[in-house]
Amino acid sequence: MAVKKKKLSYPYESCWSDADQLLLYMETGTWRTSRPKLDKEKCTYCGICAMYCPPQCMKDKGDHFEPNLEFCKGCGICVKECPRKAIVMVPEE
Amino acid sequence: MKEIRIHGRGGQGAVTAARMLASAFVIEGKYVASFPMYGFERRGAPVQAFTRMDDKPIREKTQVYEPDCMVVIDPTLLKLSTLFSGLKPEGILVVNSPKFDTQVDKNLKVAGVIDATKIAVEEIGRDIPNTCLCGAFAATTQWVQLDSIIKALSEYLSGDMLERNIRSVERGYREVKVIKWQ
Amino acid sequence: MVKQLRKQETRVLTGNACSAYAVRMCRPDVVALYPITPQSEIVEQLTRFKADGLLEAEMIEVEGENSAMNSITAASTAGARVYTATASYGLAFMYDAMMQTSGYRVPVVMTNVNREIPGIHAVSTSQQDLISVRDIGWLQLIVEDDQEIVDVTIQSFRLAEDYDIQLPLMLNYDGYYVSYSAEAVKLPMMEDVDEFLSVLKKGPQRMTLVPGKPLGTAHGMLEVYTELRYKHLAAMERAKAKFDQIDQEYGDMFGRYYGGQIEEYRTDDADIILVTSGSATGTAKTVVDVLREQGMKAGVVKIRMYRPFPRERLSKALKGRKAIGVLDRSVHFGWNCGPMYQEVRALTPEIGNVPMMSFIDGIANLDITRQHIERMFKDIYSASLGNEYQETTWITLEE
Repeated sequence: MAVKKKKLSYPYESCWSDADQLLLYMETGTWRTSRPKLDKEKCTYCGICAMYCPPQCMKDKGDHFEPNLEFCKGCGICVKECPRKAIVMVPEE
Repeated sequence: MKEIRIHGRGGQGAVTAARMLASAFVIEGKYVASFPMYGFERRGAPVQAFTRMDDKPIREKTQVYEPDCMVVIDPTLLKLSTLFSGLKPEGILVVNSPKFDTQVDKNLKVAGVIDATKIAVEEIGRDIPNTCLCGAFAATTQWVQLDSIIKALSEYLSGDMLERNIRSVERGYREVKVIKWQ
Repeated sequence: MVKQLRKQETRVLTGNACSAYAVRMCRPDVVALYPITPQSEIVEQLTRFKADGLLEAEMIEVEGENSAMNSITAASTAGARVYTATASYGLAFMYDAMMQTSGYRVPVVMTNVNREIPGIHAVSTSQQDLISVRDIGWLQLIVEDDQEIVDVTIQSFRLAEDYDIQLPLMLNYDGYYVSYSAEAVKLPMMEDVDEFLSVLKKGPQRMTLVPGKPLGTAHGMLEVYTELRYKHLAAMERAKAKFDQIDQEYGDMFGRYYGGQIEEYRTDDADIILVTSGSATGTAKTVVDVLREQGMKAGVVKIRMYRPFPRERLSKALKGRKAIGVLDRSVHFGWNCGPMYQEVRALTPEIGNVPMMSFIDGIANLDITRQHIERMFKDIYSASLGNEYQETTWITLEE
């Protein structure tokens, strides 16, 4: 019996794949209704926000951190955890 | 049959809006089928809800690919290039936006524009624009009476919340600006 | 029973709410529930009924589905009318308990809201979960839309608790597409449901555990087991005609007949038939209407009772056709095709050696669209003309 050609577009055999991008894959930045604003003068580069960020999207800038707005969903955990209160949530326009 | 596609984000009441419209249609003796399709079930993630309405029983259980009317609850979704895919010729849009006047798709012939967020915050106290948009929907499409929408609301809300949402619906109905293109 | 249509109330409800409303009307004695997407609304609504005093069942708040099945099995053994609901992972978690329920011939009604099984963690619909538990001795019914949920949930108690049957029953419907779909449904009045189910109180009553009247079981009497299995299968066979009869009686009271084990849509003179189940059936019927207008003699057969397999009625419905397709919303691990297709194919001696084709679609919330079904009928038609055809078609993986 005939067998038609299949168009298989997913490059892996199973559900497992490289995660070198860690958890940053979908454009979840469009989901948020408010975003974190980090005051780099107040930031002491302690890294607690980066540790707590659920999708790990705090960018290490050498002497301070910055949220990766392409992926940040606006959960506000970094605001709660920052010991210097260097981050506030501001509404998206 | 009329097919309606509602676009929103999780937490804005898109699914409830689809059901309220369904209830309103049933009050007027129509047959309906309404269901949501979530990607991720969480606040902020895009949600679509589909409502079909007809004079005879509706048997299809598929997503709506060629809507007669689109309802857009979150104006930031207008940035998506594929949002209007499938809109039927003579398509109608009901959109929550303080300003909208471009014919963004060649099939778009009627747009009902209402700042439902502002009205919701004023009447309900929170940014839940869905009921206001239901009122705007009734006025823009003329497919259902305002009274039916208000009656349908009481199946989902009660007490003070019901009163506030009724006011939101009525303002949506009265204040929607309907634009037409050739 | 009076052959006069009963009064009903129209409400707009989701599929899950329909389950809860119907279950409430059947007055269960013991309900054990654990929430899981896409069934959680059933748990919420039944609990709300109980809190509002509209449901008098004893609600057991279990820590997991395994306990849910064990609790209601025990309660039913003591004579209670029982209910639970689950899906996917929950179904898997209660697997050993489910085997007890059927092995002990304990009537139980469970709603299984179809969702993908563990393994690829797709929180979405398919029929893989009901397929994964085909062979543990439960009755399995599959419904298409919200109204059918209301009607068949009520009928399920009649069937499961029937003295001639006494088997656990799983009522299936598609998660997302049916569970979350709101439609206007007609709800029977509670006193009419009481009357419909009152038949069960007449005639011989099943053996139940009653204080002071001990019962024994045949544990260890290995030589008896073969006969017990034989009787179990015989009871499942009896469920076929019983389900047809219950459908008829329900229709007489409430005005809706569904055809019993299978529903045949425009099959009288059909040359080609698509066998379906669940929500895709509605879309298939719409496509058939269009094809008929174009002169194609197409029809749909919907499988409503899956366990036991409606062998006799399906054979009769599929005999004498030019080609048959079977739409599966799941896969058959072992035959590289759809599972319902493989079972229909086993009817070849009865229905003749005609082209039979398996169509796999709707996995993990993939929409089974009108275009997909049109393609299926096009392929079946081509096969009916004698052209070469593909046995198994993965609709979304091919051009």
